[in-house]
Amino acid sequence: MVFRQAKWDEPLIYELGAPGRIGFLVPEVEEEIKKEVGEIKVPDKIKRSEPPALPEISEVEVVRHFVDLSQMAYGVDNGPVPLGSCTMKYNPKIAFEVANDLRVAYLHPLQDERTVQGLLEALYHLQKWLANIVGMDACTLNPAAGAHGELTGVLVIRKYHEIKGQLDKKTEIIIPDSAHGTNPASSSMGGFRTITIRSDADGNVDMEALKAAVSEKTAGLMLTNPSTLGLFEEHILEIAEILHEVDALLYYDGANLNGIMGYARPGDMGFDIAHINIHKTFGSPHGGGGPGAGPICIKERDVLPEKGVKLSDLLPGFIVKYDEKTGRYYLKYPGPYSIGMVKAFFGNVGPLLWGFTYILGLGPQGLKEVTEQAVLNTNYFTKLLKGTKGYDLPYGPERFRKHEVVFSAEPMAHDVGVTAEDVAKGLLDAGFYAPTIYFPLIVHEALMIEFSDTETKENIERYAARMKEIAEIAYKNPKEPKKWPVNTAKGRVDAVKASHPKTVTPTPEDSNTNMESTCTKRNRQTKSTQVKHFP
Amino acid sequence: MLKTIGIKSIEELFADIPEGARFKGDWNKLEIGLGRPLSEIEIRKYIEKLFSKNKVFMDPPPFIGGGAWPHYVPAVVKYIMSRAEFYTAYTPYQPELSQGLMQALFEYQSMMADLLELEIVNSSMYDWASATAEAFLMAMRIQKRKNRVLVPSTMNPYHRPVVKAYTEPKGLKIEEVKHDKETGLIDLEDLKEKLASKDVAAVYIENPSFLGFIEENAKAIGEIAHDYGALFIMGVDPISLGVLEAPGRLGADIAVGEGQPLGLGMNFGGPYLGIFAAKWDMRIVRQMPGRIMGLTTTLDGKEMGFAMILQAREQHIRREKATSNICTNEMLCALGAAVYMALLGKHGFRKIGELIMYRSHYAAKKLNEIDGVKAPVFKGEFFKEFTVNFDGAGVKYETIHEELLKRGIHGGLYVGKWFPELGETALFCVTEMHDKNDIDKLVSSIKEILSK
Repeated sequence: MVFRQAKWDEPLIYELGAPGRIGFLVPEVEEEIKKEVGEIKVPDKIKRSEPPALPEISEVEVVRHFVDLSQMAYGVDNGPVPLGSCTMKYNPKIAFEVANDLRVAYLHPLQDERTVQGLLEALYHLQKWLANIVGMDACTLNPAAGAHGELTGVLVIRKYHEIKGQLDKKTEIIIPDSAHGTNPASSSMGGFRTITIRSDADGNVDMEALKAAVSEKTAGLMLTNPSTLGLFEEHILEIAEILHEVDALLYYDGANLNGIMGYARPGDMGFDIAHINIHKTFGSPHGGGGPGAGPICIKERDVLPEKGVKLSDLLPGFIVKYDEKTGRYYLKYPGPYSIGMVKAFFGNVGPLLWGFTYILGLGPQGLKEVTEQAVLNTNYFTKLLKGTKGYDLPYGPERFRKHEVVFSAEPMAHDVGVTAEDVAKGLLDAGFYAPTIYFPLIVHEALMIEFSDTETKENIERYAARMKEIAEIAYKNPKEPKKWPVNTAKGRVDAVKASHPKTVTPTPEDSNTNMESTCTKRNRQTKSTQVKHFP
Repeated sequence: MLKTIGIKSIEELFADIPEGARFKGDWNKLEIGLGRPLSEIEIRKYIEKLFSKNKVFMDPPPFIGGGAWPHYVPAVVKYIMSRAEFYTAYTPYQPELSQGLMQALFEYQSMMADLLELEIVNSSMYDWASATAEAFLMAMRIQKRKNRVLVPSTMNPYHRPVVKAYTEPKGLKIEEVKHDKETGLIDLEDLKEKLASKDVAAVYIENPSFLGFIEENAKAIGEIAHDYGALFIMGVDPISLGVLEAPGRLGADIAVGEGQPLGLGMNFGGPYLGIFAAKWDMRIVRQMPGRIMGLTTTLDGKEMGFAMILQAREQHIRREKATSNICTNEMLCALGAAVYMALLGKHGFRKIGELIMYRSHYAAKKLNEIDGVKAPVFKGEFFKEFTVNFDGAGVKYETIHEELLKRGIHGGLYVGKWFPELGETALFCVTEMHDKNDIDKLVSSIKEILSK
C-alpha cells in the first residue's frame, strides 16, 4: 500500500483575504441602546491605538485554509499512532457527541448547582468509578492533564508533611531513571530535590539503590507501574514497605494504567496517591497536544488524627458530593487543609465526559478486556520483531511486556549509522505514526511502541513488517534512510536551526521570503511570493 | 496471536504480577459504569435522561461571569475543532507528518501576538489562573533573588488559590496592593511603597479587573514597576482587545489571559485556554513555560516548515531543571481561538468590543435607574462586567437570585463573600449574546422582585 500525505503549499493565514473582508458578522448595536447610552467612552490612555494586525478573511476562506491544514495533520482517525506511553487509542464518536452536548457546553462553571444536577451526577459517578478502578477512596477531577495531576500529587505530599510538622526534613522525592520527564519536573515545582535511582537488568527498580537512597529526608516516591519499559515492577510491595517505614508517600503515575486494569490496582499495591490520564486510558482524544484531564485519587489515611484530618482533606478543587437528605448533588469547596485549586473552577469537563462515556460503555468487563487486548498486542508485536537484525530488546528480554515495549535501534546505529530517528521517519513514509523515540532515556536509540487495545492484528503485522524492511534497507543502503520521509507533506525538518538562539526571532519586517527560524509572524509583510496550488 | 507468543491463555501475560499486588476481589462486581458493557443506543438513552436534568440558560443567556463568560461559539470554530485529523492527533513530535497542525498553532501564536502586541506566545497553558501562576514563577526565575509579587486586592478569587498552590513551594510571597474605594483602581502610592524595598519580582494587574472596571492606569503602573526593577505582568480578556490597549503597548513584559471568550464555550469550567505571551527578550524567552511552534526550513533548505522550538526549556529534555512540568496542554483550544481570531480579523475585535460595551452600559444604566439599586458600584469605565449593589433596596442578593431563577434568569455572581465592604453586591456580565430584549427582561424582573 502506498501512502501519500496531502502536500498543499498552503500560505500563512496572513497572506489570505483582502481589506474589508470579515469572516463573522458582528450584530449591530440596537438604536435604542445607542440612544440610551450615547457614546461609549474608553479613556484615551487605555484605548487601543491601532487595530490588531490580524488578517481580513471571509468565512469560506477561513474554512478552506484550516481544512487544507487538517489534511496535513495525522491522528488516530487517520491510522495507527503507536506512540509509547501516550496510549493513543480510538476515541469513540458517541463520547464526542456527549462531550460536545450543548446542555454541557452552555453551562457556566459558577451556575447554580440546582441547575446542573445532571452533569454533577455524571461527575460524581466518574469520581467513584475511577476510585474503584485504581483501588482508592477519593478523587478530585480538578487537574487538567497528567503532569498537572503529578504536580497536584506532589503538592499533596508536601502538604501532608507540612501538616505533620516535618516538612523541614522531608526534602527529597525519589524517582527511577526510567520515569517520564514530567515526574522530576513536577517534584521540582513542588519544591523537592529529586533523587534518581537506577533500574536493574530486569527493568525493575534496583533495590540496593533504593535502600541506599531512602532516608528520613524522603518525602515520597514517584513510580509508574508498569514502567516505561512496559514491565511490571516486581518489587512493588517491598518498595511500598520501605517507603512507608520512613513516612514517605507513594505516588502512582497513571500513564500506564492501560496495562493492568482488572489485574492489579495501585491502591492495592501500596500507592497512596495516583493520577489518571483520561486522555490515555479512558478514550478522550489528545487534541493535538491537549486538552486532557488528570484526576488524582488517594488512599485514605490519617494525617492529623487529633483534629480528624485525613488525606482526602488535602485534595484540591471542587469535589462533587451527594446529599442524601435533599437528593441533590453539590460541590464541596476546598477546606482549610486542602492545597487549594490547581485550575480555576471545576476541571476539564469536556475530556472528563469522554472518559465518563467510555467507562459507561465498557463497564468493568470491557475495561479488563481493553487491558488484555493491549497487552496481547504488545507481546504479539514483540514476538514478531524480536531477533530482527538491527534491533535489540534491552531489559528483561524474556519477560512479557504489558502496555508497551521498548526496542533499541542501537545495533543498527552502531553498524551502519541509521538511528531511531531514521526508523521513525521510515515509518511515517509507510503511513504510520512513529514510536516515541529516544525515551526512556535509559535505552539508547529507544523506539517505544504502544499499540494500545485499538490496533488490529493486521496493522500490527504491517508495522512489524515495515520495521523489518527498514532494517534491511538500512544494512543494504544506509544512506537512503537519511532521506526519509518523502511521502509526508514536508521532508525532514531542521529542528536544530529552529531552536538556535541566533535564528529564533519573531519575523522581522522585511523577511517574508527569508526563511529564518521564527516564533511568531508579527510585523510580517503581507505581500506573498507563495501560490496556493489547488488539487 | 497466543500461539505466536507461545502461550495458552492471556492470563499468562500477567503471571509476573506478584501475588500480593494482584487484585483479588470480584472485578465485575465493582461499581464501574453500570456494571456491564452498554450498546451505543443504551448510552444515548442514559445520557439523555442525565442531561435533561441540566438547565441551560439561553433565553436569556446567563448574566454571570467571573473568569468564564457566556460568549458566542461560531459554528466554524466548532467545525474546525471537530476535524478528526486535528483532535485525534498527538503533540506533533514528528513534524513532517504534522505540518498542518503545527502551522495552525504557529498561526495561533502569531495572531495572539498581534492581538497582544507582544512578540512571543506559547501554544497554550491550562487556563488563565495556571498561566498567571506560571508567569509569577517565571518572573521569580528571571529576577533571581527577588521573591515578592504584587497583585491587586481585587484579583480574581478563583485565580488566587491556584496561584498560591503553585507558588508557595518556591517561597514566593504574594502581596496585595490596595485599591481606591471609589474607582477600584490600584492605589499608586501604596504600590510605590510596596515596591520601595526593591525585592519585588513582578507587579501583576488584571485588565479588565475581576470586578469589571478598566484599570486605566495600566501604563503608569507598568512604568512604576519598571522604575523599581520589577517586571510588569498583565492579565487580559482577549475579547476586550479591540477597544482596550494591547498589553505590549502598555509596557507589559509578560501577558496572560483566558482564551475562553474566543469561541470556546463555557463547558462548566473547561477545557479553556491559558494565554501566555512575552516580549522579545532572550532573558525572558528562555524562562518561558510550554510548547512553542517555530517556522524553520526543511533540512535541504528548500522549503519552509514548522518545528517545535526551544525544547531545551521543557520537561522531556531538562527534567527537574525544566521551566515547567507542563506537557499536555490545550492545543485544540488554541486552534479554536486561531479560527476565531481569523474570523473576526483586523476590525471584528473592535466591533464586538464596542457591541459588548454598549450593551453592558445599557444594562448598568437601566439597573441603576431602579430604586435602591446602584450599578456600577465603582466610578469609571468598565467593559463587560459591572458590580450591582442592592443595599439600598434592603434585600439580600440571595433572594434576588432565587426570584430570578424562578423567572428562568440566571443572575450575577455574589461577591460579598470576598469583598464584604461591598455589601449585597453581585457582579453581572453582559456580552454580545445578550440583546436588548434579554437585558430588558433582566431589568424588569429585578424591578418586579424589588417592588414585591
